[in-house]
Amino acid sequence: MAEAETLDDFDETDEDVKRFMFVNRKAPYGTIYALEVLEMVLITGAFDQDVSVAFLDDGVFQIKKGQDTKAVNMKNFSPTYRALEGYDIEKLYVERESMEARGLAPEDFVVPVKVVSAAELADLMAEQDVIISG
Amino acid sequence: MAYDFQGKSIDHDEEGFITDVGDWSPELASFLAEQEGIALGDEHWEVINFLRDYYNEYQIAPAIRVLVKQMKKAFGPEKGNNKYLYELFPYGPAKQACKFAGLPKPTGCI
Amino acid sequence: MLHLVNKSPFERIALHSCLGHVREGDSILLYEDGIYAARKGSATTDRVAAATGKFKLYVLGPDLAARGIPSDQVIDGITVVDYGGFVDLVAEVGPVQSWL
Repeated sequence: MAEAETLDDFDETDEDVKRFMFVNRKAPYGTIYALEVLEMVLITGAFDQDVSVAFLDDGVFQIKKGQDTKAVNMKNFSPTYRALEGYDIEKLYVERESMEARGLAPEDFVVPVKVVSAAELADLMAEQDVIISG
Repeated sequence: MAYDFQGKSIDHDEEGFITDVGDWSPELASFLAEQEGIALGDEHWEVINFLRDYYNEYQIAPAIRVLVKQMKKAFGPEKGNNKYLYELFPYGPAKQACKFAGLPKPTGCI
Repeated sequence: MLHLVNKSPFERIALHSCLGHVREGDSILLYEDGIYAARKGSATTDRVAAATGKFKLYVLGPDLAARGIPSDQVIDGITVVDYGGFVDLVAEVGPVQSWL
């Protein structure tokens, strides 16, 4: 029996909800980190937690539009970031300094994001109960 | 592990989910359902097709909570609820419907 | 001599180290996460563009496509190659140095 399938039976209190931030710092295909973190985000989202996802350093490349992995024979998981809204995960942050150093702008991303400074992101990190990095 | 279906060998994992989405066909869905004692009707197909559309768009199988919510949006509350989906797919819509639809097991379905 | 770089220039110093050791006439192939160095408009673009005058630079097309970078965003002077071109370079250009 899937745990997620029985979740509706529980009477949740606010104490059960923790603030999770997933911190993505790696480009999508060169290593497995990005895909692994995305799977953890989806699992956490299925459990009605307060989830936010941050993209900084090379992590901003994960949500770059126009990815086509047919020729490298890998799964293109960039469309999955667009499913996060359906999981009620709507707090997506991109660090401005990382984005600009890579010559990217908000319209280059597959999902709507909030662009924040490194200092603002540091404050957001400090507000979390759990930070998971990849 | 593989199904022997229409003279072809179709690989599946230890829980019966086919390993290559490209091997799927509606006939295979009916075959998989029969193995679990289900004759697929229009209501089953509505869910299976919905799951396949979701997968094509997002490249994942939705968690059950998300499936219920999206079904509610698309077909209204009489179909977008756990009871309706469990009546159609007694072993769980996520596990059974996704299997018939040829999708991987939903992430977070332990 | 052919130099291979598969690490992002923003995360590792592999490309920068490579550019410090490469000799005139050598070839450099960017692949996997190394392809991010081939894109116009980033913080590393000027350094890489300057290198195209001295060395032959190549980038692997399938890795560009996977990461959502169209070839019109590739720095002028870098040649896009496919897997066949990668093999040809290895066969033609002599010893290979991987900057892992």
